[in-house]
Amino acid sequence: MYKYDEYDHAMVAARVAEFSDQVKRRIAGEITEDQFKPLRLMNGLYLQLHAYMLRVAVPYGTLDSRQMRMLAHIARKYDRDYGHFTTRQNIQYNWIKLEDAPAILEDLASVEMHAIQTSGNCIRNISSDQWAGAAADEITDPRPWAELLRQWSSFHPEFSYLPRKFKIAVIAANEDRAAMRLHDIGIQIVEKDGQHGAAFYVGGGMGRTPMIAPLIKDFVPLADMLSYAEACLRVYNRYGRRDNIYKARIKILIHELGADEYRRQVEEEFKHVKSLGIDPPKAEFDRIAKQFAPPPLDASAPDDIDRSDPDFAVWVDQNVAEHKVSGHAIVNISLKPVGGIPGDASSAQIDVMANLGEKYSHDELRVTHAQNIVLPHVRKADLYAVWQALDAAGLATPNLDLISDIIACPGLDYCSLANARSIPVAQKIATRFSDLGRQKELGELKLKISGCINACGHHHAGHIGILGVDRKGTENYQLSLGGSGAEDVSLGTITGPGFDEDGVVDAIERVTDKYLATRTEGERFVDTFRRVGMAPFKEAIYG
Amino acid sequence: MKLLTGNDLKTGFVTWWTGADWSLHIEDAADVGETGEAILAAEEGARRVNAPYIIAGEATPDGPRPAHIKDRIRALGPTVRPDLTLKPADPAAGDWVI
Repeated sequence: MYKYDEYDHAMVAARVAEFSDQVKRRIAGEITEDQFKPLRLMNGLYLQLHAYMLRVAVPYGTLDSRQMRMLAHIARKYDRDYGHFTTRQNIQYNWIKLEDAPAILEDLASVEMHAIQTSGNCIRNISSDQWAGAAADEITDPRPWAELLRQWSSFHPEFSYLPRKFKIAVIAANEDRAAMRLHDIGIQIVEKDGQHGAAFYVGGGMGRTPMIAPLIKDFVPLADMLSYAEACLRVYNRYGRRDNIYKARIKILIHELGADEYRRQVEEEFKHVKSLGIDPPKAEFDRIAKQFAPPPLDASAPDDIDRSDPDFAVWVDQNVAEHKVSGHAIVNISLKPVGGIPGDASSAQIDVMANLGEKYSHDELRVTHAQNIVLPHVRKADLYAVWQALDAAGLATPNLDLISDIIACPGLDYCSLANARSIPVAQKIATRFSDLGRQKELGELKLKISGCINACGHHHAGHIGILGVDRKGTENYQLSLGGSGAEDVSLGTITGPGFDEDGVVDAIERVTDKYLATRTEGERFVDTFRRVGMAPFKEAIYG
Repeated sequence: MKLLTGNDLKTGFVTWWTGADWSLHIEDAADVGETGEAILAAEEGARRVNAPYIIAGEATPDGPRPAHIKDRIRALGPTVRPDLTLKPADPAAGDWVI
């Protein structure tokens, strides 16, 4: 894992001191809310429905047990004993007091964390594959490149006031576990003629106008990656619209220019940028990469798993994935208990996960964009002990990628932008489908719920997506089918008129019944939808 | 009726204008009627409450209630965590919210 150097420490400490002073002045009435708002947002502090909300960055979703314990400590000391893991691989606290914010940022800094650039029109937290460094299908660990991008984008003077927020994802496997093509820039590390390079997909995103990022460059030598990213941003910063917030994202610019013209301008800019020498010398990259060296895993460790406990075996089948090193496994901890709040974890649960990460996963944990937690490097021989500890803490729900593994934004229960509640809908769906046998019969089914058009719950990318809207002061839910955030990326299509809270749960049951009656051997829900189209599902829903 | 609401500067908690001061409890809210804009301007100057705004409300036997669902949720707390609302011991406290 990356460890701060003296520059990182100095930058974060200076920001904490600066923001502490700004908070003091705000509480003393020396500055107005209009003056203070952009300052607090730069430090991840929002004002939501019930209180201030602090969003803490977890770079590319990677953290160690010390950092995880600090997240539990903050929940316990300053919040209401829980945190909410988000679709940006971050964590949010919902009940923060303004006067506590400086102390929280100091605590975070003590474990090399912060909340910088988790809001505002800047480059946000770089996201990545939660299985990075462990996945059997990756060609390299993408995190050194994500870290390089993090350093480049932190306090970047030219990109601190972009037309709109900007999100970057980096992956290095063909299986896309990071919704890479639904980012402003999605980078896939690829191999060509024995060399690794970066494929740049630019102009994707969800929100009001969802778009899948087109391929802008199929192979950028990794030695040029920062320069190429800089060129992409420069063209956007120069021509992206600032007059209309709904047309300000880079996806709109590329849609209006056309991918070919955008590419031409980027290539032209790249020639200039490359001459500036912003790409790091190899020695500096090697210094960063060294910190992501694989842990010392014993490839001769036993590869067998004792499956004599049936509950354990069910969990292994659903939540444990193959590791690149024999005798080891990737453990996926579901934060989606039936009837629970997707992504929420109590301080005690966060501590349990931290302890397991320290004891069994070489001190590493990951936050996933699906609002779950990963222990990336667990010996198969330790899986039973890990499962027992998780089960005792209410963290062993065996539902990864099943219909109850729902992504849901905080919705109108917490968020000031939301039009409808997301969490109660997720709870009702998970309860309706609580029978695990029924869920497994349905197979992989990614259900995603957003409480407003900003799409923090990724509803456009759900095999089944739900969008909450406000219809004359009451909550209404639009259903969409056929989306995907994975390597088979697609955007969902709205089924028709919306439903009330109970009606949308009934509609989903009719959709899944139709799927079971229609599928062919081996077809996932989204495969069947793509084969037969909307019509049979629409008929099942509306008659 | 019209209600004046905002979030407390220091805590961020939802707060309601009572006619003389601010309260966390919707039951204490006063109808600001036509005087709302003037109170709002004065309170913005006082800088105790963030972004105060006027909403439509209705009088009920149990006290004033916001007209819109968003402000009803604001008034009590998240519907999915009754333990974190202003009345965690009263299971019926949120019956009027949705």
